[in-house]
Amino acid sequence: MTRHAVRAAVALLLVGLAVTPFLDVEVPGVFAHSLARPGTLQLLGLCLTFGAVALSYDLLFGVTGLLSFGHALWFAIGVYLTDIALTRWHWSLGATVLFALAAALVAALVLGAVSLRVTGIAFAMVTLAFAQAGSILVHKNPGGITGGEEGLGLDVAHLPDLLVGVVNTRYLYWIALAYLLVTAAICWWLVGSRPGRVWQAVRENERRVEVMGLRPYAFKLFAFAVSAVLAALGGTVYMLLVGGASPAITTGSLSLALLVMVVLGGAGTLWGAIVGGFLYQYLDQRLVALASSSVVAGLPAWLRAPLGEPLFILGALFVGLVLFFPGGIAGAVTRVRLPRRAA
Amino acid sequence: MLLVTGLGLGALYFLLAAGLSLTYGLMRVLNFAHGVFLTVGAYTAWTVATHVSGNEWVRFGLALGGSLLVGAVVAAAVELTLIRPLYRRHVEQVLVTVGLALALTALTQGAFGADPRPYPSPGWMDQVTLLGGATVPNSRLAAIAAAGLVLAALAVFLRFTRWGTIVRAGVENRQMVSALGIDVQRAFTLVFALGGVAAALGGALAASYFGNIDPQRGGEVLIFAFIVVVIGGLGSVSGAAVAAGLVGVMQQFANYYFGVWWGFSAAGDLAVVALLAIVLLVRPQGLAGTAPA
Repeated sequence: MTRHAVRAAVALLLVGLAVTPFLDVEVPGVFAHSLARPGTLQLLGLCLTFGAVALSYDLLFGVTGLLSFGHALWFAIGVYLTDIALTRWHWSLGATVLFALAAALVAALVLGAVSLRVTGIAFAMVTLAFAQAGSILVHKNPGGITGGEEGLGLDVAHLPDLLVGVVNTRYLYWIALAYLLVTAAICWWLVGSRPGRVWQAVRENERRVEVMGLRPYAFKLFAFAVSAVLAALGGTVYMLLVGGASPAITTGSLSLALLVMVVLGGAGTLWGAIVGGFLYQYLDQRLVALASSSVVAGLPAWLRAPLGEPLFILGALFVGLVLFFPGGIAGAVTRVRLPRRAA
Repeated sequence: MLLVTGLGLGALYFLLAAGLSLTYGLMRVLNFAHGVFLTVGAYTAWTVATHVSGNEWVRFGLALGGSLLVGAVVAAAVELTLIRPLYRRHVEQVLVTVGLALALTALTQGAFGADPRPYPSPGWMDQVTLLGGATVPNSRLAAIAAAGLVLAALAVFLRFTRWGTIVRAGVENRQMVSALGIDVQRAFTLVFALGGVAAALGGALAASYFGNIDPQRGGEVLIFAFIVVVIGGLGSVSGAAVAAGLVGVMQQFANYYFGVWWGFSAAGDLAVVALLAIVLLVRPQGLAGTAPA
C-alpha cells in the first residue's frame, strides 16, 4: 500500500470508531450484543484504552529499549489517585486528573532516577520491585484509603452528569478514543523529534550515544517519565470506564500483560502496540466468556481445566508467538508486504 | 524468634535465588518461570502427601523426593524446549519464561483451584523448639537447615567437581570456556535442572512453612528472590545467601517493630524495597558483584 492509501485507511478507521455508538448492528461471533449497546461500547472502550497504555509502554520498551516490569505501577497510580480524589476527597474531575498526572510525573522522576542507575535485567527487576511495593500498599489498605482487597467503588456524585449511568457509556467510549488519539499523537510526534531519535539510538547502542557527547541517562529518564504519565492518564480513563478500582490492576500480572501486548503487536513500531493492546484486551474479555460457555462445559475434564483459564491460553499463545513469530503482528505484516527484501 | 523466622523466610528466598543467580550468571537468562518451579514442587508434594498412606515421615520423605524429581525434570524440559532454541536472544528468552509463568500458573489454578489448600506436613513441623529462650516453629528450622545444606552442596559442587569448575569458569567468561572446546550448553542445562530442584525443594518447604499451598505463591516469592539476587550481586551464590538472610530478617523485624507504628502490615515488604533502592544507589553491582550489572 502507498502512503496515501495507509492514511486514508487510518482516517476511515477513526471515523468508523467515532460513529460506532450510533451503529445498531449485530456482529455475530465477535460481540455478544449490538455495537451500540453499552456492554459492547464498554468492551471496545477498554480495548482502546489498553491499546493506548500498551503504546505508552512501547515508548519505553520498544523504542528506547528499556525492559521495565513495573509499568502497571503508573497505570495503578492513575486508577487509584483518581478514584481516591473523586470518592474520598470529593474533588472535581479536572482537579483530580491534573493531580493524578502531576503525582505520576513526580513519582516517575524520583523512581526513574533510582532505577535507571542500573541497566538491562537489573533495571527490569528494580522496576518490578517498585511496582510490587505499590501493589502491596494498595492491598494493605493504609488508613482505609484504598479499600484493600475489596477495591474502591467510584462515588459518582461529583462527576459531570454525562459520564454517569449505563446509558451514557458512549461518552466514556469517546473519552477512551480521545485518550488513544492524544497518546498516539504524542508518541508519534516524540519519536520523530530529536529526543525520539536519541531514544532509538540508546536502544541500538548506548555506548555510542555516550561517545557522541550525549547523556543517555537524561534521555532515558525523559522517556520513562513520558510513558509513566501517559499510562497514568490511561488509568484515569480505565477507572471511569469500569467505575472503580480493584487491586488486581496493581499487580505484576498487568505489567507482564502489557509486555505481552507490545510483543504481540510488534515492539518498537507504535501501531503494533496499539493493535496488540486492543487484541489482547479483547481476547482476555472474550475468552472469559468462552470459558463459561456451553462449548467448554461439554468438554472432558482434562481439556476443560486449561481452556477455562484465559491466562493459560494467552500465555501459551505468547510462548508460540515468541518462538515462531518474532516481530509480532507488525513483523508478519512487514514480511507479507516486503517478501523478498526480508533478508 | 524474629531472627529465626526471618532466617527461615530468607532460606526460602535463597532456594529460589541460587538457581536464578546461577542461570543469569552463566547464560544471562532471567527466568520468570522460576517461581513456577516452586509452585510445581509444592503441588507435587501435596499430591504425593495426600495420596500415599502410611507413616507421616514416610509420606513427607516421598513427597519431598517426588517434588525434587519433578522439579528437575520440568526445569530440564523447559531449558531444552524453550530456552535453547532462543540461544543468545536474551529478551526473547525472558519473554518466553514470562509466557510460561502465566500459562503454568493458570494451568495449576485450573487443575487444583484458585484457593489455598491445606498441606499435611508431619506433626513435628508444627511443633516448636526452645532455642535460646525463644520458641521457634520447627518448619522454620527445617527451611534454614535445607537452605544451609543446599548452600553447602552447591559450594562443594562448584569448587570440587569438574562440572562445577566449568560452571564457575562459564560465569566468569563464557566465550573463553566455549573456545576451549567445552560444551557450556550442557553445563547450562545441568544448572537449570539444579535450579529447578532447589526451587521445588523451596516449594515443598514453603508448603510446610505457610501450612498451605496456593497457585500464586511462586510468583509472590519470586519477586523477593529477584530482589535478593540484585542485592546479592548477579551470578554470585554466596552473595545471594547473604542477601537472602538479610532480606528475610529485615522483613520480619520491620513487620514487627514498624507494623504497629505505621498502622498496617506492609512495613516489611516496603523496607525490603527501600533496602534495594539504597543498595542500588550506593553499590549498583550488588554486595558481591564485581562489575555493574
